[in-house]
Amino acid sequence: MTIEDVQKDIIDEFSMFDNWEDRYQYMIDLGKSLPLIDPKFKTEDHIIKGCQSKVWVHADMDDDKVKFTADSDAIITKGIIAILIRVFSNQHPKAIIEANTDFIDQIGLKEHLSPTRANGLVSMIKQLKMYAIAYQTQLN
Amino acid sequence: MNLVKEHAAFDVETIRKDFPILKRKINGKPLVYFDNAATSQTPQQVIDVIVDYYSNYNANIHRGVHSLSQEATDAYEQSRQKIQKHFNAAHSHEIIFTSGTTHGINLVASGFSSLLKVGDEILVSALEHHSNIVPWQMLCERTGAELKVIPMNEAGELILSEFDALLNENTKLVFVNHISNALGTINPIEYIIEKAHAYGAAVLVDGAQSCPHLKPDVQKLNVDFYVCSAHKICGPTGIGMLYGKEKWLKALPPYQGGGEMIAEVTFEKTSYADLPHKFEAGTPNVCGGIAFGAALDYMNAIGFNAIAKYEQELLSYATGKLSEIEGMKIYGTAKEKTSVISFNVGNIHPYDIGTILDKMGIAVRTGHHCAQPIMDYYQIPGTIRASFMFYNTKEEIDVFIAALKKAIMMLS
Ligand SMILES: Cc1ncc(COP(=O)(O)O)c(C=O)c1O
Repeated sequence: MTIEDVQKDIIDEFSMFDNWEDRYQYMIDLGKSLPLIDPKFKTEDHIIKGCQSKVWVHADMDDDKVKFTADSDAIITKGIIAILIRVFSNQHPKAIIEANTDFIDQIGLKEHLSPTRANGLVSMIKQLKMYAIAYQTQLN
Repeated sequence: MNLVKEHAAFDVETIRKDFPILKRKINGKPLVYFDNAATSQTPQQVIDVIVDYYSNYNANIHRGVHSLSQEATDAYEQSRQKIQKHFNAAHSHEIIFTSGTTHGINLVASGFSSLLKVGDEILVSALEHHSNIVPWQMLCERTGAELKVIPMNEAGELILSEFDALLNENTKLVFVNHISNALGTINPIEYIIEKAHAYGAAVLVDGAQSCPHLKPDVQKLNVDFYVCSAHKICGPTGIGMLYGKEKWLKALPPYQGGGEMIAEVTFEKTSYADLPHKFEAGTPNVCGGIAFGAALDYMNAIGFNAIAKYEQELLSYATGKLSEIEGMKIYGTAKEKTSVISFNVGNIHPYDIGTILDKMGIAVRTGHHCAQPIMDYYQIPGTIRASFMFYNTKEEIDVFIAALKKAIMMLS
């Protein structure tokens, strides 16, 4: 699946909810089901700065595709990461670099996109893209 | 211009009508504003003073010969006198307008650079706002003085026997907040001031969190410096005051150079203006200064005794309700505290609860509240902090408790 296909799926899933409670409950449940990062990567240099909650991200490349794992100490943040990982993981670095993130607005999580919000969603996306850029240069 | 009318008796419903923002809806729900310790809301009476200033007499002060400048200068200086009276300072020139608490602390810290030497000691309390510890660290780096910390106990109270033990002939300055922003503890500053003075040390009290709840008498306290911010006392942001005893303000060098703070300038030498202008370089926040006075008028019209009594009712009501919740842990259980409650529930991250509460229109603070050393003491990443002002109600607390229970259910 392309990044756009995954985003479409997520938009479809979220369109089933007509209130914030269900939307947030879904994110919380996604957070609980997030495949956890290997504890050995839960170190200071894997922490994303700018979050009120702690967020750790690790990336690997396998078969020209970037695989992300992550964790957070806050469950809603974890839900957001779970969504981001679903979108960005297992994709070619170039696709990750070029992907836009408008879908976040479309699933009703726009408030989390504010660069001044202390959850660090923006820093998180930046970090995922940074990994992709690093792997892209390896491929070139 | 006095646009503030008397409030006959304390009636919260009447008071709430003064605050237009309290009618707002957030995410479709009526706003419940419990982040007052960060910034308080502004009553219409103060908003009117701001509008009146820009509509009728906006001008630069102290230097104009024209009428508008004179009117603005008069209003600004009258406001200084109101502040003097409010804090019972001996002289109006002991009141320095600042941009806020942080500015006042930096002004004093910077001034002490010329008074300290290697071997001198500065005491700060463990309950400080961490950004306010930085000016003292910088001062110590510049002068070679040493920074020592007055520790706190599990309840969030300063351990006074440790304070006594830290005091000695080398102690030159003690810095303590009157009320802790993270825990709400009211510190025994009378005791601290008296003891520090016995060793000849000066005391700077951070009144950012106390001034919204009580009316300090700087002469009675015999405090050397006292600072606060108007935005926590129903006034605008970007304005505050530093009270300093005349003898101290005369002893400290100016903080910044510029217009207003000079008497005479040649390229060889400049002589400084008298107090308070020596510390007020450049065009000040004129409107803010005037509105600060109006905010104090507003608070005084309601009355600090009535405010304190009502806020204590809110505090005990909310504490009681919160304590019934399973897994509740309240941080800061000092015997003397104001209407601030810091807490966590079980292992739920404060950020998660704050996010869900916001969806229900409730504004609280989450995080370390700029008091990282306190969070380290309790070994937690942060807390949820609900802080009340006199315009909050028990009904709002009920809404908050119900929302909190819902958040806990969603997150568990
Ligand atoms: C105890 C204390 N000191 C200082 C400050 C800083 O005040 P300001 O940002 O207005 O300078 C605050 C504000 O949160 C505070 O609570």
